[in-house]
Amino acid sequence: MNLDPKIPSGPLESRWSRKKNEIKLVSPANKRKYSVIVVGTGLAGASAAASLAELGYRVKAFCYQDSARRAHSIAAQGGINAAKNYQNDGDSTYRLFFETIKGGDFRSRESNVYRLAEVSAAIIDQCVAQGVPFAREYGGLLANRSFGGALVSRTFYARGQTGQQLLLGAYSALCKEVGRGTVEMHPRCEVHDLVVVNGRARGIITRDLVTGELKAWAADAVLLCTGGYSNVFYLSTNAKGCNATAIWRAYRRGAGFANPCYTQIHPTCIPQSGDYQSKLTLMSESLRNDGRVWVPKNPGDKRAPNEIPEHERDYYLERMYPSYGNLAPRDISSRAAKRVCDEGRGVGPGGRGVYLDFADSIRRLGEAVIRDRYGNLFEMYERITGENPYQVPMRIYPAPHYTMGGLWVDYNLMSTIPGLFVLGEANFSDHGANRLGASALMQGLADGYFVIPYTIGEYLGNASLSPVSVDSQDFRDALAEVANRIERLAKSRGSRTVDWFHRELGRIMFDFCGMSRTEEGLKGAITKIRALREQYWQDVRVPGDSKDLNQELEKAVHVADFLELGELMCLDALTRRESCGGHFREEFQMEDGEAKRNDAEFAHVAVWEFQGDGKEPVRHVEPLAFESVKLATRSYK
Amino acid sequence: MRLTLRIWRQKGPKEPGAFQTYSLDDANEHMSFLEMLDVLNQHLIERGEEPVAFEHDCREGICGCCSLVINGVPHGPWTKTTVCQLHMRAFRDGDTITIEPWRSRAFPVLKDLIVDRSAFDRIMAAGGFIDVRTGSAPEANSIPIPKPVADLAMDAAECIGCGACVAACPNGSAMLFVAAKVSHLGLLPQGQPERYKRARAMVAQMEKEGFGGCTNYGECEAVCPKGISITFIARLNRDFLRASFCPEGVGGKRVA
Repeated sequence: MNLDPKIPSGPLESRWSRKKNEIKLVSPANKRKYSVIVVGTGLAGASAAASLAELGYRVKAFCYQDSARRAHSIAAQGGINAAKNYQNDGDSTYRLFFETIKGGDFRSRESNVYRLAEVSAAIIDQCVAQGVPFAREYGGLLANRSFGGALVSRTFYARGQTGQQLLLGAYSALCKEVGRGTVEMHPRCEVHDLVVVNGRARGIITRDLVTGELKAWAADAVLLCTGGYSNVFYLSTNAKGCNATAIWRAYRRGAGFANPCYTQIHPTCIPQSGDYQSKLTLMSESLRNDGRVWVPKNPGDKRAPNEIPEHERDYYLERMYPSYGNLAPRDISSRAAKRVCDEGRGVGPGGRGVYLDFADSIRRLGEAVIRDRYGNLFEMYERITGENPYQVPMRIYPAPHYTMGGLWVDYNLMSTIPGLFVLGEANFSDHGANRLGASALMQGLADGYFVIPYTIGEYLGNASLSPVSVDSQDFRDALAEVANRIERLAKSRGSRTVDWFHRELGRIMFDFCGMSRTEEGLKGAITKIRALREQYWQDVRVPGDSKDLNQELEKAVHVADFLELGELMCLDALTRRESCGGHFREEFQMEDGEAKRNDAEFAHVAVWEFQGDGKEPVRHVEPLAFESVKLATRSYK
Repeated sequence: MRLTLRIWRQKGPKEPGAFQTYSLDDANEHMSFLEMLDVLNQHLIERGEEPVAFEHDCREGICGCCSLVINGVPHGPWTKTTVCQLHMRAFRDGDTITIEPWRSRAFPVLKDLIVDRSAFDRIMAAGGFIDVRTGSAPEANSIPIPKPVADLAMDAAECIGCGACVAACPNGSAMLFVAAKVSHLGLLPQGQPERYKRARAMVAQMEKEGFGGCTNYGECEAVCPKGISITFIARLNRDFLRASFCPEGVGGKRVA
């Protein structure tokens, strides 16, 4: 497996400029000859599809939702980072770069992260020009707020719906191209396989979710912008339809899967209320700007929060991390919450919750200010829990949210399969072992608006691709494989529902490959997942048939892939014998319980290569070189 | 909670549909409405019946997928709340609940409770954007926008494109949806050059899709989960009227 990251030479600050200057350009007349498939229409996919179409490429875009506007980027609440330094508080490209590298616990690629910080400012310009109604000051200029893991205010936001507004911006750009006829949009269409011809990605196989029709599509390059795989945990903050099928099928076709064990468990979600629970709802991290996190000092204290006097409360984040306090990064806050709950100090039903208390801020700023900042989040909390957070503290608990791992890509965002590009959360590249808040939106749009329009030209300009037909053997074989797999699932009339299996898998993953992991637990989890997968193919019950709108069949396909991916995540977590970012191995911790990295042996990206069903995948390594930052213990104290 | 559910079942776009009645004994007040339907579906699958198809995705009130008419009201009894955020606290033990898909000529039923809302995408493609090429944007702070204007634009921009406004309207009008986009972009300085062209193009596509006209019932505003105000429809009407006096192709030119 060739893991050359293709990092441009020279000083970090000038690498992207040099790259852009050296990329082979495709002439406008020739761009029309190239076709590009874009899978997924979230921030990365919609921005890429629109930008490539503007350049003249012929684009076909696919999404499983009924409209491109519904991709799950829409649910991001808090904001988007950009090194504009509008606040004059010392921000810079370097500082955003450094904080992202440090936030990722020194497990990401310097050059990629620097480029991300470098293009961040242009993203804000682009979005404002599209009409994204960011929050503004009374003088009419853009407002900022601070976010976890940062000591400056660089986060741009649109109430608590930043993801929605950014996505609607990218979606409107996409609509503009659909209207011009340069993008062919295929909603309600799910990708089930990647077609590789002579070692290059040349097409996909899709299923029309209304008619069940399977179809092959050929192109000169394929972009996967399909998001993350947190739904492997069943309960997560992801939308119900989010799945790993496209990236997993690409992995099985030869794309390396990097750092699958790096998952982010977000600290501020509404706790689970029962077994019927279908998803977990995130409460934006921005709430931690004004909310104070606490639990009772004494285990088993069942008094109502308002009855617990100040001196019997433990504001544990402020106590443990005085310089960042309630704004400590996500992985650290989540683990701290788990620890106090494990000590029996958790609150609410089942004792899996901590308080997020706004009483002090309401006293200091008044209810109106808090309502203006977080009104929609408070309403959402009240609708779900029936409690009024202006009067009683919110209860929150960590929930699987984001996956830093994903398909391996080089500096050009190309996977180990030539012609297959991976953008946004679906790739592994920018967040290392932990992502800082307000960085996912930044990365999705950076990849789609400002990176891929350049780097795809380098591939297409040099590849000398011959035309392929969907009637060729490779396409027919892939189509037949997908048809077999779908038919097998569609005809499966076992005794357990798809959801039952998914919940079981989720429990194993959360218990053993969640916020803390051990060698013994991971080994046991692998055995359990294998058994569950075996049982799945014997005993799952899928109603209806494949030539119809069949939501159970859609889920059945996703869960079949999650049952394979879950095992790889555990295997990756098992072999990474250190703690870093969101990956916490109990065996590797400091005396005070903080993560203990092992830079001598693990300052690398682990990239897994598929070997076939029933065979152990091969672990490859891309060493991470740190030239501009010094590897240091990550401290927020 | 024990519930009686009357649910619209329809095999496909061309098949006739009908209500079917189901009883559910194990709902509880902490469930969301969709979780209650999940539980029903699990029972149906276990009994060898086909589960009820309904659209949903984010389940946190923002993607705009969920689209059920509950007891005659799009998105059900709670104001400013999507179905996915509606919780069973809103109902009582023993209730009978009627569940239908969005009903509108422009939203044909695909199966059970799922409708085809692609008409909205086509309206957007007709003009629901600011034509800015990637990379050509000026510095973000070069055009200050008064906070009240930006806030008002944001009020309109909150539309999630669910289509409840259409489902609630006796005329099946999509005016609130179109008005929200036309107002959002038309309020901002960046949206001025195409302001009137946009209003004209989006309204033309809306009419082509078979949506009805607005006669000020106000039902759309009442059911909108994001509380989009019908004053935006007045704004759309103003822009559309002005656009009618603009020569074709001179989008931003104001007449009178």
